[in-house]
Amino acid sequence: MREIRVHGRGGQGAVTAGDMIVIAAVMGGEFGSSFPLYGDARRGAPVVAFVAIDDQRIRLKTQVYTPDCLIVLDSRQKDWPETYKGVKSEGILVVNHTNTIEQQPHPNIIKAGAVDATQIAMEEIGIPAFNTCMLGAFAATTEWIELDSILGALEKTFSGEILKKNIKSAERGYKEVKGSSW
Amino acid sequence: MNKPAVETKPNIEVCDGNKAVAHAVRLSRPDVVAVYPITPQSAVGEWLSRWNDEGTLNAEVVRVEGENSSMGVCCSASLTGGRVFTGTSSWGLLFMMDGLHYAAGYRIPVVMTNANRETPGIFTIGNSSQDMWSVRDAGWIQVNVEDNQEILDAVIMAYRIAEDTDILLPMMVCYDGFYLSYRKDPLEIPAQDDVDAFLAPLKQSKRNIVTPDDPMVFGIPSFFPKDQGEGCTEFRYKHSAALERVKDKIDTVDKDFEAIFGRSYAGQIEAYRTDDADIVLVATGSVCGTAKVVVDKMRDDGVKVGLIKVRLLRPFPKEKIAKVLEGKKGIGVIDRSVCFGYHCGHLYMELKSALALEGLPTTLPTLNFIGGLANLDITVEQVETTINLTLAASKGETVEEVTWLSLEE
Repeated sequence: MREIRVHGRGGQGAVTAGDMIVIAAVMGGEFGSSFPLYGDARRGAPVVAFVAIDDQRIRLKTQVYTPDCLIVLDSRQKDWPETYKGVKSEGILVVNHTNTIEQQPHPNIIKAGAVDATQIAMEEIGIPAFNTCMLGAFAATTEWIELDSILGALEKTFSGEILKKNIKSAERGYKEVKGSSW
Repeated sequence: MNKPAVETKPNIEVCDGNKAVAHAVRLSRPDVVAVYPITPQSAVGEWLSRWNDEGTLNAEVVRVEGENSSMGVCCSASLTGGRVFTGTSSWGLLFMMDGLHYAAGYRIPVVMTNANRETPGIFTIGNSSQDMWSVRDAGWIQVNVEDNQEILDAVIMAYRIAEDTDILLPMMVCYDGFYLSYRKDPLEIPAQDDVDAFLAPLKQSKRNIVTPDDPMVFGIPSFFPKDQGEGCTEFRYKHSAALERVKDKIDTVDKDFEAIFGRSYAGQIEAYRTDDADIVLVATGSVCGTAKVVVDKMRDDGVKVGLIKVRLLRPFPKEKIAKVLEGKKGIGVIDRSVCFGYHCGHLYMELKSALALEGLPTTLPTLNFIGGLANLDITVEQVETTINLTLAASKGETVEEVTWLSLEE
């Protein structure tokens, strides 16, 4: 089982990103589950989504304490120590950030992918809806899920013009993510 | 744009617990649905309203002004012969408390879902089983489920049980709010033809229908207390006896369901790896998924542990539970609520009473663990703790009877 924790803020699409990873995993023939942790709905408040993917049905109903991968939508949270809590050795970070991650952010992180998802989303979608771009970067960095499955998940979530724009954004995230490893 | 190379099976859909409820209701073809929003289950009513507008559901969706009216609408519509549904949670469930007693006392087969959530008093927006257990004496049939597929399947089965001529009682399908209501899982959505076939036997079921041509009075109007009391006693007895019949009925309906859909939940309880177990955990709801994972892990380490997942809460399946626990060396009960007045969890109180009534030795070490209140996680480590302490107690060590997990000493 691979566990993912998505860190963001209310309104950034952390929960939707988690859901789309599950849809993509299922389209790729695997099982998955995701659920968010937030109290009363508030834009801007930190939000965490817990995702698990596996080749069998996920029975565990707990939060993710030992993630294999962190997806950080809000670049400031990459500097928060609590973001890395419990991350497994050989952990992977995917972050919405303008520059390549030069410094190893945590001893357990051995691979990072940075993409300027906010900029790409502004160019392709016209609003800072950068979660779908981050899914492209996630697919490229982890290689756990095919880009095609991510695009399939987008098709199940959006339609029309919005779908087209989000597909462009996800494809660019996939291509333009800048990797580093330690 | 290129189509994705992978194709998912057409009947598999990734959806959360609330949408699982909505799918089950849609497939069961209700006549009247009453909706009122409350976190964490508002999406149930949103999906049903939307599908009704789009025409995939053909019901009268009544947008009421509060949950007390939801139950009023459901009771009235059901008395005219309709199939009805409403969903609620916590504050909403308690706001229809008189309606719950009406529905059960009048033997009205309302099917309702409850997304388990903490009750008022301490304002929390989080899961616990406090609301579900608070209404356990209203005379309803209550089941509590482990995951989203089971939500969908249990709601469809609920119609077969509630509307059966042998039963005619309201039924509440409870599922953990937040942990299931907001959790996305791939689910198998049954085909409409299969659900129609499964519910077809209900066409033979008989119940009293109220029409303007045949007005009836419900209750025992009498100026003589003795007549009223005797009438009430008879009604109460028949109601209680009907609840007892649910035990066999839920087992039979589960088998019928399996024959059509290929999925079974074992009816009243699921005994997981209990056959050769020395110690057994007893739990209900979503925590059972986590507990099964931990049981498997501890089994690999050589600990002979099993789990009883209690599905049916009312009537309480005391005979089935006692049969599984006979000869075991220790029992650990996980609760997600507090039974005030007993200073333990509800399931623990129920279980202790069941063991005594079924004649199991009172010396059998039984422990209670209270956790997961107000959306706290019941973690893998905590479930391991419950097993380790139950194991210690089974070997004669002195262990505190009730442990409040996550309570800082």
